[in-house]
Amino acid sequence: MIEVEELAVAFGEGDARRQVVKSVSFSVARGETLGIVGESGCGKSTVLRSLAGLDRHWQGRISLAGRPVDKRRTRDQLMLAQMVFQDPYGSIHPRHRIERVLAEPVQAMKKGDGWDRVASALEQVGLPAAFAGRFPHELSGGQRQRVAIARALMLEPEILLLDEPTSALDVSVQAEVLNLLSDLRDERQLTYVLVSHDLAVIAHMCDRVLVMQDGRFVDELTKDDLKAGRTHAQYSKDLFEASFLA
Amino acid sequence: MSAPDPVLKVHNLSVRFARSQVRAVNGVSFDLGAERLGVVGESGSGKSTVGRAIMRLLPPSARVEADILDFEGAPLLSCSAGQMRNLRGNRMALIMQDPRYSLNPVLPVGRQVAEAALLHLKVSKSEARERAAHMLERVRIADVGRTMELYPHQISGGMGQRVMIAMMLLAKPRLVIADEPTSALDVSVRGDVLKLLDELVAENNSGLLLISHDIRMVAAFCQRILVMYKGDVVETLTRLEDAQHPYTRGLIAALPDPRHPVHRLQTLDRLAIEAAEVRV
Amino acid sequence: MSTSQALPKPSKPAVFLARLGEGLRGALAKLAREPLGMFGFAVLIILVVVAIFAPWIAPYSPTAQNLSQALQPPSAAHWAGTDEFGRDILSRLIYGARITIQTVLAVSLIVGPVGLVVGIVAGFVGGRTDAILMRITDIVLSFPSLILALAFAAALGAGLETAIVAISLTGWPPIARLARAETLIVRNTDYVAAARLYGASQLRLLFLYIAPMCVPSVVVRLTLNMAGIILTAAALGFLGLGAQPPAPEWGAMISNGRRFMLDNWWVAVMPGIAILMTSLAFNLVGDALRDILDPRHVRS
Repeated sequence: MIEVEELAVAFGEGDARRQVVKSVSFSVARGETLGIVGESGCGKSTVLRSLAGLDRHWQGRISLAGRPVDKRRTRDQLMLAQMVFQDPYGSIHPRHRIERVLAEPVQAMKKGDGWDRVASALEQVGLPAAFAGRFPHELSGGQRQRVAIARALMLEPEILLLDEPTSALDVSVQAEVLNLLSDLRDERQLTYVLVSHDLAVIAHMCDRVLVMQDGRFVDELTKDDLKAGRTHAQYSKDLFEASFLA
Repeated sequence: MSAPDPVLKVHNLSVRFARSQVRAVNGVSFDLGAERLGVVGESGSGKSTVGRAIMRLLPPSARVEADILDFEGAPLLSCSAGQMRNLRGNRMALIMQDPRYSLNPVLPVGRQVAEAALLHLKVSKSEARERAAHMLERVRIADVGRTMELYPHQISGGMGQRVMIAMMLLAKPRLVIADEPTSALDVSVRGDVLKLLDELVAENNSGLLLISHDIRMVAAFCQRILVMYKGDVVETLTRLEDAQHPYTRGLIAALPDPRHPVHRLQTLDRLAIEAAEVRV
Repeated sequence: MSTSQALPKPSKPAVFLARLGEGLRGALAKLAREPLGMFGFAVLIILVVVAIFAPWIAPYSPTAQNLSQALQPPSAAHWAGTDEFGRDILSRLIYGARITIQTVLAVSLIVGPVGLVVGIVAGFVGGRTDAILMRITDIVLSFPSLILALAFAAALGAGLETAIVAISLTGWPPIARLARAETLIVRNTDYVAAARLYGASQLRLLFLYIAPMCVPSVVVRLTLNMAGIILTAAALGFLGLGAQPPAPEWGAMISNGRRFMLDNWWVAVMPGIAILMTSLAFNLVGDALRDILDPRHVRS
């Protein structure tokens, strides 16, 4: 579903030029959930933003659903992958009502006015239809993140890119949002790429985990590896131990 | 469980904010000796308010009431603002979540630590600088001479938090309140920061109140845990396995654990929690 | 103020109206906690009512001369006294409110949209567009508006319209700078990133996402600017470059009264009080609006 070859991203010019992602390659099969775990500044979010089409500084090749995509995406290419952001307080326009938040993607893509689909979109993320008339500030963090997920699904993408989707939430709310994400994945055969610093969340959600350090992947762990606590690199071992204070 | 000479005695502490009828903290009691006590809860549980109420750092609109709020045997609530200023940083210290906001961005970190020494230890300028350097060495900052000249934005989060700890523990306070001291840090440095905090606190024979949302981390680090929910302490634990209250059990079950994978995580049964609340 | 609060859902005008009412009620409730702002609003409302109903409220004609009644001190017949031609000052002040409000509204309606568009385009597009637009802004900002008005008056002839154009020409740069600063923050937010991902066009981003976030601070700034506009307009009137006699412009009235200052204080002082009250009211309202519209300035 996703093919990435020799993806490299650098910011800045001249002496200030920083290579954030250093030629990484990976692929994600249809219906698979890939996790990328690493610490702040390792380049994991940059990989995700390049996949989404938000960062245009990348080099290499990216193809989504078997079709190579450019740095500047066409509307059809954008429809393939949508993103859920970390901060539910910053990812929804504060002056748009929820119905508008959900209708916007449809209108922006010129696929109709979208109003008629608001109620069902809310329902599928477990929110009452009455929320349509509310403003984001009238919702809790978990509810907002549900709205953000519903918005990402409005265009029925096959790929969902999740950037720390629960790290701003309380543990109990995190569990609810993670459950919602797994349910949606099962229902719609979605392909996820989940980026997080929290190995426990990644391990729970993902079939396969890439451990990223300083712009490179240093380890790849399967679900069985995680269950057994097996690692193949010192860094992932450290990360594993630190995450559970083992 | 409390030590014979408790550092801090809290009995029936309540906090109410202006105009709001709901108590942010509702009758919290505990004794803190020379030990590590964890306060766990989700956002809105009142855990941070407890820390700030003890430090008397809440805004004037907050009404703080307690039957007993004694620090080293002396009541805190009757202290004047001046006395409190004297206590804070000297006898009691607060370490906050993000060093980026709690350090002064326009002063080199060495100077800030020296400033704290100057203020609390009443020593000469050159000695303050020496003490600061020594303290920074104690928190395992490499190349102290160079680091002292750096500004807060030039150092990493983990190092910033170490500088904060050095600054706060310089005067060997009896009570250290750490409010989410590791939440803004990368996973791999969290352990080090906690270890360091524990080491220094144990050395001074002081009490540590660790406030956090991360029940697993607190359980691994603290000797006792207070679990807070909506302003109440719902239970006090020494081991997570002993948890009885549905809220605590729900919190633990909601955490994903790769060693015991499940398809769906358990979510909080809010009705059961409310029912348990009524019974208590 | 709350343009973006009531989002049009074309099929349901009733919902739209209900929400508008709801928004207004919320704003009023917040306003009730700001006694000074309330006072400012009251003054402005009175001013507007007076301006609209001037012919019915004013006891005399603003231009009718009655030389036998010249320079009368305030009395029961003439509450604010009379000027050197025996015209009733209160009536002139009441008609003058029309000129003042006309000026303020005209200037705001020109300055607000122009400043907003220049600012958000500069901030959003960035690069060379930004550099060019902001340098133009800097240049215009360095023109003193009075001198520009003098030049305009010389070129086009003195009058109220000239004054409005001159004040507007120098009034938009601060708004543009403000809107640009807001835009620089908003364009990097996650909700704009999300909108880019679902294919929102540049124009859509600019006017449906970024502009609504800049409007509140622009409205606040405009309201605070209105006090300055009144003062500039009065200054132009004082210099004889604004509204022309016998139009009862407040600044021009002070200018006329200046000659009688020592013996007949009321001729200059009465319009002075009117100017003072009005600009004070605009300042108070601006402060209150900032607290209502801009959550970053919440008072603890």
